[in-house]
Amino acid sequence: MARIELNNVAKSYGSVEVLRDINLSVEDGEFIVLVGPSGCGKSTLLRMIAGLEPISGGEFLVDGGRMNEVPPRDRDMAMVFQSYALYPHMDVSRNMGFSLEIRKAQKEERSRKVADAAKTLGLTSLTERLPRALSGGQRQRVAMGRAIVRDPSAFLFDEPLSNLDAALRVEMRLEIARLHQRLSATMIYVTHDQVEALTLADRIVVLNAGDIQQVGTPLELYERPSNKFVAQFIGSPTMNILGVDRAENGVKLKDGTTLQIGSDSAHWQAHELGVRPEHLDIVTEEAAHMKGVAELVEHLGSDTNIHANVPGVGPVLVRQHGHFPLKTGDAVNIAVDLEKSHLFGFEGRRLEI
Amino acid sequence: MNALRQTSPWVVTGKYLALAFYIAFALFPLYWLTKIAVTPDKLIFSEGTALVPSRFTLENFQTVLLQTDFLAYFRNSLIVSLGTAAITTMIAAAAGYAFSRFDFRGKRLIIALMLITQMFPLLMIIAPIYKIVATLGLLNSLTSLIIVYTAFNIPFATFLMQSFFDGIPKELEDAGMIDGCTRFEALRKIVLPLTLPGLGATLGFIFTAAWSELLFALMLINSNDAMTFPVGLLTFVSKFSVDWGQMMAAGVLALVPSCLFFIFIQRYLVQGLTSGAVKG
Repeated sequence: MARIELNNVAKSYGSVEVLRDINLSVEDGEFIVLVGPSGCGKSTLLRMIAGLEPISGGEFLVDGGRMNEVPPRDRDMAMVFQSYALYPHMDVSRNMGFSLEIRKAQKEERSRKVADAAKTLGLTSLTERLPRALSGGQRQRVAMGRAIVRDPSAFLFDEPLSNLDAALRVEMRLEIARLHQRLSATMIYVTHDQVEALTLADRIVVLNAGDIQQVGTPLELYERPSNKFVAQFIGSPTMNILGVDRAENGVKLKDGTTLQIGSDSAHWQAHELGVRPEHLDIVTEEAAHMKGVAELVEHLGSDTNIHANVPGVGPVLVRQHGHFPLKTGDAVNIAVDLEKSHLFGFEGRRLEI
Repeated sequence: MNALRQTSPWVVTGKYLALAFYIAFALFPLYWLTKIAVTPDKLIFSEGTALVPSRFTLENFQTVLLQTDFLAYFRNSLIVSLGTAAITTMIAAAAGYAFSRFDFRGKRLIIALMLITQMFPLLMIIAPIYKIVATLGLLNSLTSLIIVYTAFNIPFATFLMQSFFDGIPKELEDAGMIDGCTRFEALRKIVLPLTLPGLGATLGFIFTAAWSELLFALMLINSNDAMTFPVGLLTFVSKFSVDWGQMMAAGVLALVPSCLFFIFIQRYLVQGLTSGAVKG
């Protein structure tokens, strides 16, 4: 159990700054997901929390105590690596019990804890195998077992599922969620997969190019993204971004259509309109804001994605629930859900409307 | 696999013939060495190039072991080779680990210097080395040979060890340190067991190099007491004759420790110890 605080934490390699002014506080028992595109510094931040990378600036606190200079072994955190990092010369049970072995725990205690963890993770029949005799999913479980056995104050996950195939990933994601419910320990989880972020997190931290873009619950991020980056990063398929100009009582699309959305001050600053594919609707000609042609229709069963081209506006992606009987080349009339649309200013900041 | 199975028997036979030819070519000198060692002196010249001598004898081995200084040479060589291999491997392992894991000022410069030392023939520096060793008063001592061999072998051994350390994922140490190890404990309990093949290969390589080195041994050692085996072998050549039988018998005996050493370390040379550590 631990409360983790980052105050103005920074990281630089020589003159290259990779993280700036990171401020974040993680409550005891909270599940925080760090998400962002590759190279945004999320893994570096996690490694700094683990103690594997020195912190260049700012303060890192656990339960109020400064931890900047504390070596990893004294931080009482367990980490699950993307590559699993199992010790290849030790069998499964020794891998899982290694931390206790190092801490000179009693042999009975060690085997009891290892057996418990193995049972939880369904590894009981594999305890005597070497890592090379395990499948990817089993190795992943052993790596998690190694973390559980320690009963640490915080769990750190560095993209733990990205080496697994799709089906296994869903299964392990559920397992991690269950683990969090059962242990109610503080967990910090790094991923570039927004589905993992949205499904697992109590709160999500969106990082881009070394800066925190937004911190919020999954729903907050989805409904009220603070800027264009977050808006496009969260949600699948990606939000449509359409250029707009100011108009009387609203904004107008590049083809001249006026949309009555937002306040007067928002109109002055508005540069782009953001609307998620699920907030566009295929309607009758009279009710439409935009008229275009379907260029590609994807039938996913549960949804239909319609890639339309609207003359003057550009490509627009519309998502309709269920099967929608439309084919390539058909004319489409698109209505915008103005309540759920966003306006972005010139620097990409979201405007209050 | 199918394509392989359907290859015509002629191609297969051809392959095996080529392999057999290569093996015969490579092993023939060894066979000839052994053959002459067991041929009675009288027959060496009279039977000429016959593949199998008409009579066998172990007399040459007896003479070499009991009536010459062979055992002393042998002991000297063993001391020099084992000493060199152990010291070189230790230093090379430490240096290779540092090159593989740390970034420090001057790293590139040191690597460049080490490479440069490997670029010119040893012949060029015999005179200065002799001068240095003489000034230190180490002529005719096994210590001088160990020092010189160690110095010459460290660069290559370091690169060899570095490549072995590079092959061990850094994350294993990270995981170890998170599990409660200090860096040194992580090195000892996780990295070292995985580096055994590397250590074995390096030991073997350096041992063989030192075992068969002649040039410096010839230059730096004059006294019979401190001669290593390759120099000692030359004592079988006198002004008027060459004692082929004894020389070859000594040669056969000199192969024994090399073979034993490689049999001993070969299980560490088997690759694949790190498989299963990361990914799939």
